[in-house]
Amino acid sequence: MHLKKIFYFVLSMGLLMIFFDLSEFEGPIVDFANFSFAFGIIALFIYQVFAKKMSYYFLKRLMGASFVLFIIATTTFLMLRLMPGGPFDSDKALPPEVLANIEAKYHLDKPMIEQYVFYLGDLVKGDLGESYKYIGRSVTDIISESIPNSIKLGLYSLLLAFLLGIPLGALAGAKHNTVWDTSAMFMAISGVALPSFLVGPLLILFFTFYLDLLPPALWESPVHYIMPVVTLGLRPAAIIARLTRSSVLDTIHSDFVRTAKAKGLSASVVLFKHVLKNSLIPVVTMSGPLVANILSGSFVVELIFAVPGMGKHFVQSVTNRDYPLILGVTLLYAALLVLANLIVDLLYAVIDPRIRLSN
Amino acid sequence: MKKQKSKSLWYDSWRRLKKNKAAVVSAVFLMIVCFCAYFADWVAPYSFEAQDASKILLSPGAEHWLGTDSLGRDLLSRIIYGAQMSMAVGIFTSLASLVMGVIYGAISGWFGGRVDSFMMRFIDILYTIPALVLLILVMVLFNSLATELDPKDKALYGTFVALSIVGWVNIARLVRGQVLQEKQMLYVEAAVSIGVPSYQILTRHILPNILGPIIVTLTFQIPANVMFESFLSFIGLGIQPPYASWGTLAADGWRSLRTYPHIIISPGVILFLSMLAFNLLGDGLRDAFDPKARK
Repeated sequence: MHLKKIFYFVLSMGLLMIFFDLSEFEGPIVDFANFSFAFGIIALFIYQVFAKKMSYYFLKRLMGASFVLFIIATTTFLMLRLMPGGPFDSDKALPPEVLANIEAKYHLDKPMIEQYVFYLGDLVKGDLGESYKYIGRSVTDIISESIPNSIKLGLYSLLLAFLLGIPLGALAGAKHNTVWDTSAMFMAISGVALPSFLVGPLLILFFTFYLDLLPPALWESPVHYIMPVVTLGLRPAAIIARLTRSSVLDTIHSDFVRTAKAKGLSASVVLFKHVLKNSLIPVVTMSGPLVANILSGSFVVELIFAVPGMGKHFVQSVTNRDYPLILGVTLLYAALLVLANLIVDLLYAVIDPRIRLSN
Repeated sequence: MKKQKSKSLWYDSWRRLKKNKAAVVSAVFLMIVCFCAYFADWVAPYSFEAQDASKILLSPGAEHWLGTDSLGRDLLSRIIYGAQMSMAVGIFTSLASLVMGVIYGAISGWFGGRVDSFMMRFIDILYTIPALVLLILVMVLFNSLATELDPKDKALYGTFVALSIVGWVNIARLVRGQVLQEKQMLYVEAAVSIGVPSYQILTRHILPNILGPIIVTLTFQIPANVMFESFLSFIGLGIQPPYASWGTLAADGWRSLRTYPHIIISPGVILFLSMLAFNLLGDGLRDAFDPKARK
């Protein structure tokens, strides 16, 4: 099974990368791991495209994704250009000549259509333009500087969510209607209801001010990661736990589970090999929306823990009317979401062969 | 003659809901919150803006149950008035998205075919934009279009408009799916065959039948919007002073976390409890309406 092999390769490289990152290891081996991970992902995509059964479906998904990105780029462009009030209406009025020069530099004096063509052309080249507010810095620069932090924060939170949510949900589902079930579900529902601006400050109060164990802010070493990741990951973990529970409850009454039990398999083998494996499909489906959830949550978490990530730039660019930066960040968020959904589709095929064959 | 008690679907659901203790407690709690918010002028011990320079940053005590903030304003009163804003935002934006979503979804599902696939393609595109990004973009757009409004009102209305626009996508999807299902039913065929016009079939026959799932979605939409509003206000993009919601109160408290943690904890906890209550009530309603659970 080629697909599974590539998948496990990507998985192990990803774990290696996490290990290197957390142990603050540096050197060529880290680059090698990063490279292999990216290579593995691309290989997965290529395999999907050329594997006979999936190719048509997958190409269609890819085309759909790029069309969506194009629409989003166009809408954001239109929205931001149609708004009254230019980016250079500041408190101090600029001399008209200076204003004309600035507008000429950023093509703001040209008609809309021309601006749009300029914009799309640059976009294809991967050039998102220059920031209006941070003079002389390109948007691509600002984004590439801050995005590793945001991605790390998001990925670790997602990882935490799965590691915490799946066992909790499986426990609750397997011990349905017991104290375990009730308490696990109470924890999960509390996790959904807890606002991150309560969790974050409470963690800071306890672990920084009271115990003096963890640094209250910034994003420099793995010690700094702990509190932001927990704050951001709690809600997705709760969502996953509830989903896993209901999915396990659905599966646990199927015929194949009864057969497995009748064969005399131990309870844990039945739970892990038969029930849980089949319960994970809805959980995987949910991870697309979960990524969106984490993206949104990261705004508040980045603010609370002063993480130098994308959220900060997005909020600031909105108040600054920094058009190119807003466009760049919006597009990037949309691209991340589209990519996450594509990866979810890929995972589908790995987890459930029935889906691979039917499409 | 003995009167037969009706055993309608609604009565059944109501009875099942009453048995769910968590849902009943949540409903009562939410009613109390809404009552306090609506009659804030009578319930709140102090005025919303009354400042007392001699009593700034008090810890919780007998005179001020939850303490005071940096301007000497009573925190309990501010939380009660904040509830007004938070609840209003949550309920009205959810209702607005409900109306939009039901109309859109019903049209899409009822007409089907090309209309449906075109309308759903649009929904798919909206779906890929992260909600918070869409929210912020809509607010920015609204802020610059409504130039004649006061900045503080602009932020308020902008939050309302943005949250209403963001929420309707889910509801439209749900309603469309439900309408597609109900369309196959015999009672709809009967209505069509006796010549009932489309809009009457939708409003008088299909809508009452899919009301259950819609109510459940609404109970989950309200807390989601309350949460979103507080997020926005917390990062400084939502409600602006002098208006206050739980999010802005939390943002105030965030600035003095180290020395006066009670200022952030109390609005956070009341928000948490309300979210919990909404979720428990939503779960209870879902179980009550779920046809699979019915015996």
